[in-house]
Amino acid sequence: MLNDPATIDAPAIWPDSAFLTAVEARSGEKVSRCYQCRKCTNGCPVSFAMDLMPNQVMRMVQFGLEEEVLRSKTIWICASCQTCTTRCPNDIDIAHLMDSLRQLSRASGIAAGEEKVVKFHEAFLDSVRRHGRLFEFGMVGRYKMATLDLFSNIKIAWEMLKRGKLKFLPGKIKGKREVRQMFDKK
Amino acid sequence: MEVSYYPGCSLHGMAVEYDQSVRAVCRTLNIALCELPDWSCCGASSAHFFDDELAVRLPARNMAIAEREGRELLVPCSACFQRLKHADKELKEDAARWIDGPYEGKAAIYHVNEFFDRPELIEIIKQNVKKPLRGLAGVAYYGCLSQRPPKITDAEDAENPTPMDNLMRAIGMDVRPWSYKTDCCGASLTLSRTGVVRKLSGNLLEAAQEAGAECLVTDCPMCQSNLDTRQAEIEAERGKQYNLPIFYLTELMALAFGEGKSAGWWKKHFVDPAPLLRGKGLL
Repeated sequence: MLNDPATIDAPAIWPDSAFLTAVEARSGEKVSRCYQCRKCTNGCPVSFAMDLMPNQVMRMVQFGLEEEVLRSKTIWICASCQTCTTRCPNDIDIAHLMDSLRQLSRASGIAAGEEKVVKFHEAFLDSVRRHGRLFEFGMVGRYKMATLDLFSNIKIAWEMLKRGKLKFLPGKIKGKREVRQMFDKK
Repeated sequence: MEVSYYPGCSLHGMAVEYDQSVRAVCRTLNIALCELPDWSCCGASSAHFFDDELAVRLPARNMAIAEREGRELLVPCSACFQRLKHADKELKEDAARWIDGPYEGKAAIYHVNEFFDRPELIEIIKQNVKKPLRGLAGVAYYGCLSQRPPKITDAEDAENPTPMDNLMRAIGMDVRPWSYKTDCCGASLTLSRTGVVRKLSGNLLEAAQEAGAECLVTDCPMCQSNLDTRQAEIEAERGKQYNLPIFYLTELMALAFGEGKSAGWWKKHFVDPAPLLRGKGLL
């Protein structure tokens, strides 16, 4: 009996639509439309580094497996290449959904599945908030302090400095305060 | 012809040779670049990670400036291009939510490849070629964000784009067909998950070599940086030699226009393009 629940060696899942409803409301993406064609997963360039395949994320959101999704590496490994979004036959903007899941993960207080990815984007945005434009040298410095990953990429950074590709001082713009207000508006 | 110009943070930093070569190409073609006054960061790959509203507000400020300027807007960085296009569409829907003042979308946004690949410009480009890049075999590498998602970028064929191929042919290059035009290089994972970037960028180098290319041609600062600055690491990891220079399309256009010989930008590259270009009698 192939479909006899007693013979399936897996924990029972009781679908709970609360998470699905919350995700759809936040993202505006109709996750419930997903019928598991797996185009997203098959076209995903970074699926090899993920712990959940993109199509699994879709199904798990439908089933209400909130914690499993929000603590996954997948939502942080997604490189926002937009291949899934472009190909989804149900017009679900999956890359945007990943953004929404990242935001929900941060709001939930669950430890991020990829801490360094979070630190990178924090350092990037901190730099833009301070200067109005990205100051690459400062951003890399802040990222390294935050991750204590002090020695990787030192050679590349040195070679970039020698070639005049990294500036020591941030650029200045008049709209700096205006940009800062965008960050602080909540 | 006058156009507004949004260089973005990369072109003032790690992609300075892209900025220099865009300016050189436009000088030859009599296109006056008017840098958007007091432009700010578009939020790039980071703002949308944490905050959907910030991801519109940051580029919307720049589109409001572009609207006032009223000219077409040239955006060489693929990430900036995509974020500005996104904001443009949000502003057209509900300007009051994001900015003060009206918004009609007067500043049509162009990325480098589609900007130059217009019938009227392609003809002028061909007329300005002093030294066709004959015998230089390359692949056109578009990456992600100048194409995807097409509902934002308005790309004609996001799975198999051709504008850069057309431009490479127009300057006399031998354009090799390959299936990796729009595959991801790993982009902003470069510091946080460097291994992922080495793998994806390595696959691109491998495929380009297999296609018989002697170089890759791109118009995205993130792609150029990952493929160029990490090539030595990738070679060490794979125990292989690629030695493939990664050009910005505009560097090669300027070279064909006779502007590139003394240009300082070749020295900005990690993989030195001089031996290849000298071998072809182009430098």
